[in-house]
Amino acid sequence: MSVTTVPIESAAALSAGRKTVRREMLRELVRSPLFIVGALILLWWIVCAVFGSSIAPQNPDAQNLFAINKAPSSAHIFGTDQLGRDIFSRVLTGSRDLLIVAPLATLLGTILGTAVGLVMGYFRGIVDDVLGRFVEAFLALPVVVTAIIASYGLGRSNLELIIVIGLLFTPLIARTVRAAVLLERELDYVSAAQLRGESSFYIMFVEILPNVLAPITVEFTVRLGYAVFAVATLSFLGLGIQPPSSDWGLEVATNYGQVAAGFWWEVVFDALAIASLVVAVNLISDAVEGVLER
Amino acid sequence: MSTPAPDALTVENIDITYRVRGRDLTTVRDVSFRIGRGESYGLVGESGSGKSTIALAVVRYLARNGRVSQGKIEIDGRDVLAMRGEQLRKLRADTVSMVYQEPGRALNPTIKVGRQVAEVFEIDGVSKEQALERAQGMLEKVRISDPAGVMNRYPHQLSGGMLQRVVIAMALAAEPSLLILDEPTTALDATVEAEVLDLVSALRSEFSTSLLFISHNLAVIAKMCDRVGVLYAGELMETGPAREVFDDPRNPYTVGLLRCIPRRGTAKNRETLDTIPGFPPGPGDAVNGCVFAERCGLVEDRCRSGEVPLYEMNPTRRSRCHFYERAQTLPRIVKAEPEPAANGTAPREVLVSAEDVSKTFHMEGETIHGLVDVSLEVRAGETLGLVGESGSGKTTLARVLLGLTPPDQGAMLAIEGAPLAATADHRTHEQQKTLQIVFQNPDSALNRRHSIRRLLSRALSKLGGYRGDALATRLRSLLSEVRLAERYLPMRPAQLSGGLKQRVAIARAFAGDPKIVVCDEPTSALDVSVQAAILNLLNDLQRREHVSYLFISHDLGVVRYLSDRIAVLYLGRLMETGSADQVFEAPHHPYTEALLSAVPTLENGSGRDRIRLEGEIPSAANPPTGCVFHTRCPRFLGDICVNTEPPLAESEPGHAIRCHIPLEELRHLQAKEVPVGGAGE
Repeated sequence: MSVTTVPIESAAALSAGRKTVRREMLRELVRSPLFIVGALILLWWIVCAVFGSSIAPQNPDAQNLFAINKAPSSAHIFGTDQLGRDIFSRVLTGSRDLLIVAPLATLLGTILGTAVGLVMGYFRGIVDDVLGRFVEAFLALPVVVTAIIASYGLGRSNLELIIVIGLLFTPLIARTVRAAVLLERELDYVSAAQLRGESSFYIMFVEILPNVLAPITVEFTVRLGYAVFAVATLSFLGLGIQPPSSDWGLEVATNYGQVAAGFWWEVVFDALAIASLVVAVNLISDAVEGVLER
Repeated sequence: MSTPAPDALTVENIDITYRVRGRDLTTVRDVSFRIGRGESYGLVGESGSGKSTIALAVVRYLARNGRVSQGKIEIDGRDVLAMRGEQLRKLRADTVSMVYQEPGRALNPTIKVGRQVAEVFEIDGVSKEQALERAQGMLEKVRISDPAGVMNRYPHQLSGGMLQRVVIAMALAAEPSLLILDEPTTALDATVEAEVLDLVSALRSEFSTSLLFISHNLAVIAKMCDRVGVLYAGELMETGPAREVFDDPRNPYTVGLLRCIPRRGTAKNRETLDTIPGFPPGPGDAVNGCVFAERCGLVEDRCRSGEVPLYEMNPTRRSRCHFYERAQTLPRIVKAEPEPAANGTAPREVLVSAEDVSKTFHMEGETIHGLVDVSLEVRAGETLGLVGESGSGKTTLARVLLGLTPPDQGAMLAIEGAPLAATADHRTHEQQKTLQIVFQNPDSALNRRHSIRRLLSRALSKLGGYRGDALATRLRSLLSEVRLAERYLPMRPAQLSGGLKQRVAIARAFAGDPKIVVCDEPTSALDVSVQAAILNLLNDLQRREHVSYLFISHDLGVVRYLSDRIAVLYLGRLMETGSADQVFEAPHHPYTEALLSAVPTLENGSGRDRIRLEGEIPSAANPPTGCVFHTRCPRFLGDICVNTEPPLAESEPGHAIRCHIPLEELRHLQAKEVPVGGAGE
């Protein structure tokens, strides 16, 4: 019989099923050079986080008091620190805690922020006004300063770090989700659901949520970059990941006094590692945004 | 160069091709037409037929992946396709102008209107002061009220009709030899459309500009154009003088298309609408032979192979059909006589009643009276048509009934005698089932992340209480009721055409066996051939399920066709209610009279006196005193209209009019002028 066709305007979406749309997006993402570079760097650090101790040429915690503060050489390509530990091995294993804390914190913030944003955008009115004041108040707090204060109150384990950063990200994500929900809520399918007698919970989470996943995904990747940075900063301040981890931020903190003595390698490689991870996440988030928000 | 005056536009055998994902898709094939100096040519066709693509190609505005792969386009005898850079810029600045559908998007929102119009003159090298002066002169020419004031306003401060006037002023400022209008009135109300079309006609003779007029609306084309080309799937199916083509179509597609449109005066109990089966071929589909063959009732083997030439019937008429001589014998798909209504003329009991419904919106310190003391009832099994310009409160009234917008205190809503809570979530499950809606835009009404199966199953379980096997059985029967194939179930809305999506939306509304369904412009986003099928479907469902409709539409032909009774709204007030015949035939309210005379019709010499509504709809925040319609009323009496609001008085059984003029006098006034208008044709 006849064939279903779409108007010419959507020729690009020609007979595009939902699976093909998703596959198309994925293909476009994988083709993007930004994404490839970012993903390769991220993948590298993930591999290091998982297998770091077996890849590392030497035991990252092994001290050698006869070889302290050695400049990069063939024996220690990144040099050694003030306890004579091999910096190259410590950099390789230094991503582990960061790569656990940052994504989990971002995930927590995204989940909470999505819930708050959905409630604000769906109910609007007084609910939005009240929650909105809280969000604004939270937004006014500088992340690092608040985290410093919180760390004194809550303690300094990775779990606390995840909770503090997650909570601090919640209002940021809530704001983005709210804006998307406000647009979505004007669409007639929401009215149709209300006329069916659906609960607000159903409308928010089953009807609206799937339609705002794109901005949420973008927001997640953007926040992930900030989270890496925030965790590294807090570790540097001694309030984040705790010793004996070879975390980069922590390493920079313990060794930065050595730079003045000319032992630059004890800080530079860790700093570069942090930078590479932040850049990688940002590249990925740019690519995801480019594909989703068009 | 020796020819005296070259045509304003010559298009010769053009093909237009888009490159999509490495594939060349030909969207326009072998199209030729010419527009002489001062002539007006119409391109008519449904969405996807290539009308706008051709217009864009003429001014070389095709998207980067599109190109004219074959043929020739000449404007004023100059080859457009060979032009480069500066030549093209000069062509667009001096020779061709374009007016688009959305005037709001054609203007820069941050620059005052005067400056934007003046810019056209400045490009020509006129000094700033002079340009502003001439801009004001141009605005006067398009008969905008208060041109000096409009000069200093920003686009968002003007109404749609005024914006379109500004855009037309800008387009004509450079005195182009060719003006392209792409659906210039589609976004406007019928009353405003009539004014804009009148303006274009008047200016066309004043500026001796040639027109290329693009529209999906056959009546508008018939009114505006000398000659017309009917496009289908990127090919010209029929060309000729507009009147001749519409009165005596010679291509099965044109014949079918004309049968899809409710003619003036027809109603569902007198005549059914015909439809065109199937779907047009997509841009990439390989078509052998005639592009319309798959949907044509006259198809024979020879149609399916080889190219069909554009037969020349006489020097002015051409048709791309082997059987152009018997095109009008195209068999009907739907039989012409409607099935008799099951309940006949038995008196119907009141199903839904609304009394003293007012709705006041408070926005930014302003009080907007969306609805003022509206009382009406819908009876079982009937269709109540709701008409009025945009902003008249049609949709607000529907939302109040549905419980989506709570009315002001004092409103009384009842269904089957039981009071109805103000909001949907406070109504009983039974009441929620009873009242459903089909929205205007299925893209907005259907959750794009849910499959058709999920959309319908949820409605069936939530409203109909179906579970398990019973649900599956009911789902199948529901699909067959709205004539949807089961293979669409796993798809998402985006994979369906507009008509199919609207069928899904209708199926969803009927999932809980409703007693009344609000239809809010259910066909205005659809092509006419699809519209006819949807209207027939709504009719069938009503006959079988005894459902009532509250039918909202700006298309008076459609309202007339479907409605048993009609209510006319203006600025949130009911101006007239009555049976469809009472409201549509004189005597009726002067506002109804004006609405009706604004609608262009396909019928020749319809004999209606053209009444024009002057000016804009007043703001609902600040409605006129007395009769709210007095500022625009063609039958304005005097002080009484300014000072006293007339009551909505029942002037004959079942027919109520809110007007100071007695019915008998209206009858006299409105009858008198028909022969005058008729003689003028």
